[in-house]
Amino acid sequence: MAQTVSEGASLSPAETAAPAAGASTRSTGLATIGDLTNRPQRNLWVDAWRRLRKNKLAVIGLTIVTVFIVVAALAPIIAPYGEAEVVDPRLARVHPNWIFPFGIDANGRDMFSRVVWGARVSLVVGVLSQFIILLIGVPVGAIAGYFGGATDSFLMRCVDVIYAIPQLLLVILLVNWRGPGLTNIFLAIGLVSWVTEARLVRGQFLALREQEYVNAARVAGAGSGSVIMRHLLPNSLTPIIVAVTFGIPTAIFTEAALSFIGVGIRPPQASWGQLVGEGSKAGYIQTDPHMLLFPVLAIGLTMLGFTFLGDGLRDALDPKGND
Amino acid sequence: MLRFALNRIFWFIPTLLAMAAVTFVIMKATPGSPFDVSDKVSPEQIAQLERIYGLDKPLPEQFKTYVWNAMHGDFGVSYSARPQTVSQIIGRTFPISLHLGLMATLFALIVGLVLGVLAAVNQNGWLDYISVTISILFFSMPSFVMGFLLILLFAVWLPDRGIDLGFHIGGWDSPIDWVLPTIALGAAPLATISRYTRSSMIEVIRSDYVRTARAKGLTDFKVVLRHVMKNALIPVITLVGPIFAAVGTGSFFVEQVFNIPGMGKFFVTSMQVKDQTMILAVTLLYGVFLAAMNLLVDLLYGVFDPRIRY
Repeated sequence: MAQTVSEGASLSPAETAAPAAGASTRSTGLATIGDLTNRPQRNLWVDAWRRLRKNKLAVIGLTIVTVFIVVAALAPIIAPYGEAEVVDPRLARVHPNWIFPFGIDANGRDMFSRVVWGARVSLVVGVLSQFIILLIGVPVGAIAGYFGGATDSFLMRCVDVIYAIPQLLLVILLVNWRGPGLTNIFLAIGLVSWVTEARLVRGQFLALREQEYVNAARVAGAGSGSVIMRHLLPNSLTPIIVAVTFGIPTAIFTEAALSFIGVGIRPPQASWGQLVGEGSKAGYIQTDPHMLLFPVLAIGLTMLGFTFLGDGLRDALDPKGND
Repeated sequence: MLRFALNRIFWFIPTLLAMAAVTFVIMKATPGSPFDVSDKVSPEQIAQLERIYGLDKPLPEQFKTYVWNAMHGDFGVSYSARPQTVSQIIGRTFPISLHLGLMATLFALIVGLVLGVLAAVNQNGWLDYISVTISILFFSMPSFVMGFLLILLFAVWLPDRGIDLGFHIGGWDSPIDWVLPTIALGAAPLATISRYTRSSMIEVIRSDYVRTARAKGLTDFKVVLRHVMKNALIPVITLVGPIFAAVGTGSFFVEQVFNIPGMGKFFVTSMQVKDQTMILAVTLLYGVFLAAMNLLVDLLYGVFDPRIRY
């Protein structure tokens, strides 16, 4: 029951972007009837890309995400100062100006450089945690969904137990156990969050394995491995892609939240959450709000970008779904 | 339905035990003793304290004792705030968190429903766009980002420009201190509710019986109130579970942001000082709370929608 609830809730975002996407689907239909013969065959991805480009919010999201990735990847080139480099202790808490657009922090470090370096931590955590989630969640979900029966019951019971523990608490416990640091953070997020992916893949497989083409493949003599790899997995790809798009900002948020409460990234290293933690220390908020504002905006904008992109991707990849 | 409820409650017991075991194992694996707080405490004193609290016994036995005591309502003494018991501390901090959580939930429900209904009734009109924009903005903002943005706007930026609405940076002393945390915590669930309400309403508005109701000459207001809302709001009930999950974990950071002496803030402190009894109890409490909420929602769903059978 709780599962249907969360699925329903996560489906609703698609609704908001539906008018635009719906219109584009209609025009596609008309065009295809018109020149069915002389039009080159398009595949799912080209089609999805075309639909995505027509969705204004999705394009904004894609732009934000692209900027974020470029900044994170090129941090050493973009940031004028090193990750923990002190520009000048006498400049501590200087407010934003033309030379230091984001101002200077309490230790005399350039805030702009800190935020840029922080993007790198966020991207690494966001992407690597998804790898772990896929690495564990997809096989577990696939096995449970494909074989069903006792295997399914056992695996899903384990998933239920992990699911019952509030996820953030579990991540905090794990990081606290292994100690702070980048690797332990994305490992902990991955080890906790794969259950959502496993449930998703299992649900897909349960629905797909009864389909006629899967039966046909089985009758034609395909083994379990080949049915899973050639038929079930490719057809479950789009919901997995959408889940990953929403998983990245969730992981970024988790890292920021952990670092904010002081169990995340080790201090000299810059992370958005940790910058927020430093900037929000008593006394600074009122006199030097720039130390808090820029990292908070960076987190907010990144979340916004990924949500827009995720919504758009869902509509673009599944045109049937947004009626 | 009774059988369904009993079945769920029955399954909850092993889940809770497993939950306690997982937390227990992770916690015990975490290096460092809860009593090793400063250099002033000698290794002998630490050993003695550990003996007093039974931490020198084998782990399975410690776990058994813990579960046995917990079943009798005894969650032990807080290691970091001795001699206060865990129950005392939770009894002091939990009501504050609950208070904040209830306010945030009410805020999210009322504003979310109104926004969702207005958006659906004015589909593709300017009200719709405003509502959708608000919900997508709120939806993607984590509660602590929202909290700091509110603080920066209402407690720093506006007062600097002479508009002092009386908001403080943090604290929990007067009712005005409740406003910003409630908004910060309620924003994300508000967005979920309004999105869900909107799509559910639009679906019902298109249905045949609504056309019939209009055809027999009912006013728009009556149609929306009696026919659309009554049916459209059933699926929204299911959101109460996820909302409590969001509010529960969100209050964690909102309490840090606004310096509210609730359970979430205390949990973070317990984590830093390895107060094992506190950590265990709070984790279990969150788990029980979430599970109870989900069960309640499932049962409510059956009450409101007679088509559902268990």
